[in-house]
Amino acid sequence: MTATATSPSATILPFAEPLKAVRDTRPLRLITCGSVDDGKSTLIGRLLWDTKAVKEDQAATLARDSGSQNDLGLPDFALLLDGLQAEREQGITIDVAYRYFSTDRRSFIVADTPGHEQYTRNMATGASTADLAILLADARAGLLEQTRRHATIAALMGIRQFVLAVNKIDLVHYDKAIFDRISHDFREFALSLGVRQITAIPMSALKGENVVYPAETSMPWYDGPTLVEALELATVRSTQAGGFRLPVQRVVRPGESFRGYQGTVAGGSVKPGDSVVILPSGTVANVSRIVTFDLVRNAAVAGDAITLVLDRQVDVARGDVIVSLDGQPMTGHHFDAQLVSLQPGGIEPGKRYWLKSGSRRQRVAVEPISQLELATGKWQPHASTLAMNAIGKVRLSFEELAVFDAYDQNRSTGAFILIDPDTLNTVAGGMITAKRGEVGGIHRDQGGEGQRVVLSLPADLAEQLMASELFANRRDETEVKRMTAKQAAELFSNAGGDI
Amino acid sequence: MPLSVQETEVKNPPVSRPPLDPHLKALENEAIHIFREVAAEFEKPVMLYSIGKDSSVLLHLARKAFYPGRVPFPLLHVDTTWKFREMIEFRDQIAEKYDLDLVVHTNPRGAEEGITPFSHGSALYTDIMKTEALRQALDAGGYDAAFGGARRDEEASRAKERIYSFRTPDHKWDPRNQRPELWNIYNGMVRKGESVRAFPLSNWTEVDIWRYIQAEDIPLVPLYYAAERPYVERDGMMILAEDPRLELLPGETVQQGMIRFRTLGCFPLTGAIRSTASNLEEVIAELEIATVSERQGRAIDRDQSGSMEKKKREGYF
Repeated sequence: MTATATSPSATILPFAEPLKAVRDTRPLRLITCGSVDDGKSTLIGRLLWDTKAVKEDQAATLARDSGSQNDLGLPDFALLLDGLQAEREQGITIDVAYRYFSTDRRSFIVADTPGHEQYTRNMATGASTADLAILLADARAGLLEQTRRHATIAALMGIRQFVLAVNKIDLVHYDKAIFDRISHDFREFALSLGVRQITAIPMSALKGENVVYPAETSMPWYDGPTLVEALELATVRSTQAGGFRLPVQRVVRPGESFRGYQGTVAGGSVKPGDSVVILPSGTVANVSRIVTFDLVRNAAVAGDAITLVLDRQVDVARGDVIVSLDGQPMTGHHFDAQLVSLQPGGIEPGKRYWLKSGSRRQRVAVEPISQLELATGKWQPHASTLAMNAIGKVRLSFEELAVFDAYDQNRSTGAFILIDPDTLNTVAGGMITAKRGEVGGIHRDQGGEGQRVVLSLPADLAEQLMASELFANRRDETEVKRMTAKQAAELFSNAGGDI
Repeated sequence: MPLSVQETEVKNPPVSRPPLDPHLKALENEAIHIFREVAAEFEKPVMLYSIGKDSSVLLHLARKAFYPGRVPFPLLHVDTTWKFREMIEFRDQIAEKYDLDLVVHTNPRGAEEGITPFSHGSALYTDIMKTEALRQALDAGGYDAAFGGARRDEEASRAKERIYSFRTPDHKWDPRNQRPELWNIYNGMVRKGESVRAFPLSNWTEVDIWRYIQAEDIPLVPLYYAAERPYVERDGMMILAEDPRLELLPGETVQQGMIRFRTLGCFPLTGAIRSTASNLEEVIAELEIATVSERQGRAIDRDQSGSMEKKKREGYF
């Protein structure tokens, strides 16, 4: 220790050249999916430990509470999440906890959700803001139905980057063949969900192999990234490419001559001179200034909290959306959506809820259509109450004009929550899929009338098609069967004539 | 009401600074979004202002969120009357400089019943002069939303705290029954008497706070910076010895030394650390050094089984 060791208070080590961390992106938000059995607590504990997110006092607590060590002489990493465990003992429902760590290259926000009980609801909450999902699999058990369920929910919530952590690889003697088989199975499954960015990593969270530090000695056959390297390389989601969207949070009028519209840019970008439309009214105006506390602003992009000044007096209120003239969102009274039911009462057909999206709150009636069967990935017809944790397709009907993007186009303007008018609790999280016509239904619901096309494709081409978002969004309308080229040829020779 | 933009611009308008790095910018954007959302959805918000570094960041973000308008809600300081002298001076300067509505509340029981941190013990004192006082002030003001500077990384129990944390009419928090919070869509619907605590700094870490203070040049109470100050050692703490109400116990003497404070509260309950970090750069360097040194220590040890146990025996943990 240092010369200050006799100090009665906390000790600070002497000066040296401080590390200058580079923060060239916003924090990467991720969700960890898996159960205690898969070693999730150990993995998160290991991440926090090896990146030094654990502070001295926490470490001291850990040492005090952890009477026994494991056979590596290391503390029990699961105990790092001690506060939660204490809560668990008190019978408090654990849902989502957020944890923070950083490397020299990037910082991370982890949504930590429990693996089993009520996992759909909790996973949906954690996944709603995540850029990436870490899916845990026990190398001894392989790919379980649970992993498939977690992957399905993560994909549904719009996550397009998966890391498969094949954990406890030390317990299968670092067998490359086992790792290859699990990661191949997972890759196939993830592709079918429309997820193409997949990294599979063999690891031992307990021993710290391939989490933060590489493990060339025990796994010379693996030359991919460690978990932290994969996370450092992951891309953060950006909606800068689409049309400009500014949900108006407040109108600021400090004096008669100044009128600004405050909000967070939810898509695209804007600069002075741009023509914009105010929705739902449809009024057109031009941007004259972008005002922020930091004075000079020539442009603003998705994510920026700004104050927009327009070139003319127009009627704009909280809840309106200011959008680019080109590439406008959908407006209408009827929309299709998918939602996750979050509360014991479920989502009742025909009940009028409050819907909040962006800064807008309006009345909506919800009509369930189908429910996702997580075990099979199939949508089953379901017109009654969507129970807690159910994932359903619904029709939304608004009394006043609504403004949305499809969720796969914009994760801000395509997302909403439902609020129960009786309890005022948040009862569902939802994602807009499409706008419906004012009368009648969408054509695809008209049973056997619609035309179908049967294709026979090379497997690799079919996989690429299935990995597209377009395909993934309508996967429930498709049927896929794998077969040999010979079988396909026979099938086609027996098929209807006008193909 | 003034009529032109020039006249209505906030007092001490901002100066142009180099752009924030994307990491801090993202945290700032999120905090501003929360400030605006709460201000728009609630009838009577208030900001809890404790004068410390987190409160200073919170206030700075509030000024940014509502610029060019004034901060549209009051700041509430719960004054135990045992704060550091420099804190109170700083508070009043800031309120004047930034044209803020400052509400100061002290629990009258303190004076009536002679409740001090010395006479009643820190737990009871804190309960009455801070927690009870806060409830009194919130009830008196009829506030339906209160901004606070709590961060999720502060401790395990905060890790699952929502950004909008719902409170019953008697200010109770039911962690069993928190509202789910998806995307950045916040449910601000409450009944009369119910309220929320809103935490714009939820996703910030301590290092983020200090980096932001540096990047934005946010003024802090000078006690955060090391200086030659008088102190007494008591119960393993270095207590600042400048307030005449601090009575020396037998065997105690006032010493002088280079000390500073990492957190600020009531002076009899807040220990100083020895430090030579007399400006912001040096404070941040101290923070980063502490981390780096430990990490280096572990990097050496990580693949030698048993070395951790050895360190533990040396008192590392």
